[in-house]
Amino acid sequence: MEPTIEVAGLRKRFGSAVALDGMSFTVQPGQVTGFVGPNGAGKSTTMRVILGLDAPDEGRALVCGRRYASLPQPMRYLGSMLDAGALQPSRSARNHLRWLACSQGLPASRVTEVIQQAGLQDVARRKAGGFSLGMRQRLGIAGAMLGDPEILMLDEPFNGLDPEGIVWMRGFLRSLARHGRAVLVSSHLMSELEDTADHLVVVGRGKVVADTSVAALLAAAAGGRVTLRTAAVPEAVTVLDLAGTTITPSGPDTLTISGLPAERVVTLLSENAVPFSEVSAQRVTLEQAYLELTRDVVEFRAEPAQEVAQ
Amino acid sequence: MTPASIVHGRPAASRQAGGSQGGGFRYVVRAEWIKFRSVRGWVIGMIVAALLTLLLGVFLAGNANIGCGATLSGRACLPKIPIGADGEAVTDTFYFVRQPLAGNGSLTVRVTSLATRISAGGQAGPVGQGPRNPLANMYKGTVPWAKAGIIITASTRQGSAYAAIMVTGSHGVRMQYDYVHDAAGLAGEISSAAPRWLRLTRNGDVISGYDSADGKHWDLVGTATLAGLPGTVQAGPFATSPIYNELQPFFGGEHIQGGPSQATAVMDDITRHGHWLASKWTGDNIGGHGNSPGTGVGYFRQSRGAVTVSGSGNIAPLVPGPGSFYPTATIERPLSVIFIGLIAVVVVAAMFVTAEYRRGLIRVTFAATPNRGRVLAAKAVVVASAAFVAGLVASVITVPIGISRARNQGQFVLPVPLLTEVRVLLGTAALVAVAAILAVAVGAILRRSAAAVTTVIVLIVLPFLLSVAVLPTAAADWVLRLTPAAGLAIEQSIPNYPQVGSVAGPAGGAYPLTPWAGFGVLCLYAVVALALAAVLLRRRDA
Repeated sequence: MEPTIEVAGLRKRFGSAVALDGMSFTVQPGQVTGFVGPNGAGKSTTMRVILGLDAPDEGRALVCGRRYASLPQPMRYLGSMLDAGALQPSRSARNHLRWLACSQGLPASRVTEVIQQAGLQDVARRKAGGFSLGMRQRLGIAGAMLGDPEILMLDEPFNGLDPEGIVWMRGFLRSLARHGRAVLVSSHLMSELEDTADHLVVVGRGKVVADTSVAALLAAAAGGRVTLRTAAVPEAVTVLDLAGTTITPSGPDTLTISGLPAERVVTLLSENAVPFSEVSAQRVTLEQAYLELTRDVVEFRAEPAQEVAQ
Repeated sequence: MTPASIVHGRPAASRQAGGSQGGGFRYVVRAEWIKFRSVRGWVIGMIVAALLTLLLGVFLAGNANIGCGATLSGRACLPKIPIGADGEAVTDTFYFVRQPLAGNGSLTVRVTSLATRISAGGQAGPVGQGPRNPLANMYKGTVPWAKAGIIITASTRQGSAYAAIMVTGSHGVRMQYDYVHDAAGLAGEISSAAPRWLRLTRNGDVISGYDSADGKHWDLVGTATLAGLPGTVQAGPFATSPIYNELQPFFGGEHIQGGPSQATAVMDDITRHGHWLASKWTGDNIGGHGNSPGTGVGYFRQSRGAVTVSGSGNIAPLVPGPGSFYPTATIERPLSVIFIGLIAVVVVAAMFVTAEYRRGLIRVTFAATPNRGRVLAAKAVVVASAAFVAGLVASVITVPIGISRARNQGQFVLPVPLLTEVRVLLGTAALVAVAAILAVAVGAILRRSAAAVTTVIVLIVLPFLLSVAVLPTAAADWVLRLTPAAGLAIEQSIPNYPQVGSVAGPAGGAYPLTPWAGFGVLCLYAVVALALAAVLLRRRDA
């Protein structure tokens, strides 16, 4: 039984608003899959459908090849955190975890373990209502890990974390993947997933815009572009034009060249005695690559930044 | 904490075997139980429910103060109340014109008139406060359950086994025996133009009552088996008439008016069969030694084979309410404040569901247990159990204290069989539990605390309060048949006897439905609400 999440052709409307419009992707084990898109793109709705909380109008979502709701004690297969604030404020963290463990037939010792591991031992007997957002996120993670599941699904786990917490969360997610678990993490900020995600499912308007590995996305977005800084712009253009490259001026003395690797550009310019002060391959951040990718679907950026169907 | 510390090695996929679906519900119930007891406010709410009921109930049981005579009060005023064949308290006061009958035999009479007069002296006064002549200032009027006819009794002691056939003020001919049994014979008011012939025959322990409109054609009205009836019984004409009560509109509500009454009947054509031991009739005021209003006013006269017999009182089970001759209390009276405890229980039970919706915790719950019907059932089980315990603690403590306090104040606590007392105590707990289930279901349907709590209170508590305090009796009776408040009938320990004509409404502890039927109405509401909640939970997105 492969620990995977398969989402196929999900469609769902809330009244007149289309929340999911043919959402399809697969989450593989052994990697962190980033689930990225602007607010309202359908990320949370998709996750609720995966957990059987919302019923799709069409399509299906399978966890380990089965419907989540058909799994006996499902938190042993898939641990999830949709909303770190989903707590009874007057109930202690420990009791919150105890009822969760009990519902899955897990022993109380497991509660003690995850409390230790999430670093909550000092506050476990305090009312969860007094927790900071960061502590609630840790409590949510502890709850998701109770059943020692092979699949983790977290909705916006970076929200409200301080920089130290973000570093911790990244390391935590990476370690889960390293141990062969499937991890699906949603975020509306691509930068949060930098150095975390191996694979990206980029969504907009209820469907997948791109389903790609991070490495491939970066390479495609960079497109082998080279920045050239030179005082002799006309000469450089002449030489490079003959080599069949695409040249775009990007400043009074800078050109962006695509179609040739940086080394060939240096060789060509040197052979033709064109002076230059800098030749460098362009580096692209994940954020830039994401913006590049979603340029075609910009309409949704104009939408109000609200999750559909809350 | 290192990032990897929460993970220990490869996830144990093979470990999934633990916990079959069969054990699932037990786990869910335990999980919901942990949820319940880990919120202090909810536990306190249940304790408050029990305490409020208990304290108010005991206080209520203690607010009567009964005096008798110049110096006596409280326990010293406890009336000596006769006890009937089944252990129930009875009224046994009438004028008896009797002769001993040895062995089997029969007695036949023709009743040619029944006249009743009602005291204008006001309401039935408590013991010792009655006017010197309680039947002074009387006016003619119909007393529906005035009785005159013939009776066979084991002895002249109050509470004796008996069987009687009689004409009544407005309920026609009746055959009654051992206080609680009643059967109807010929209908219609009697007059000299329309007399009634009545006959009682004794055959061993079996006494049969017959009536006739012409003295020739006889109909069996009923038979009574009086186990252990002595060989020689007392038999003869009798008359009695209960305290008259009338509901009158009063400032938009109702007001009960009435007073003692007296029935006077004329009988002739008296025929005896069997071995009658005396040749002359003896007249007795049965129950004439107590403090009963009307005491000693009975009499009889004989002329030309006709007997005129006149009496006041009743031969009937003693019921609570204004129809009673005595200050009586029921065992459940201190529990009438249960609606206050119910409000607390309903709030906790509804919040047990709606708080999860408010916080989005319901999604965590349903992600842990996708079978939502199972979650609903577990919540119902947990809250109902807590409510049952709270209700039982309240009733088991309140009732004995209430009984003892009522006695100390000089109130006669109407005795009930042990099983009835157990039903009242457990029934109160069950009532609270089912109300809690209804609140859980309504909470799941409405998903909002305020709306759910309001709805359940409007369904259960409001109808009860309206019935007790505001509505006229007829409307109140319908409200207590149709709304979940009908369930409060489970607390009624003394049955409604139609032949007593008590005007005690719900305020006096008399519900229109029998205890189990009323409880069934509440259960029906809970079941329907649960079913609706289960369907909605399944259909709706969480």
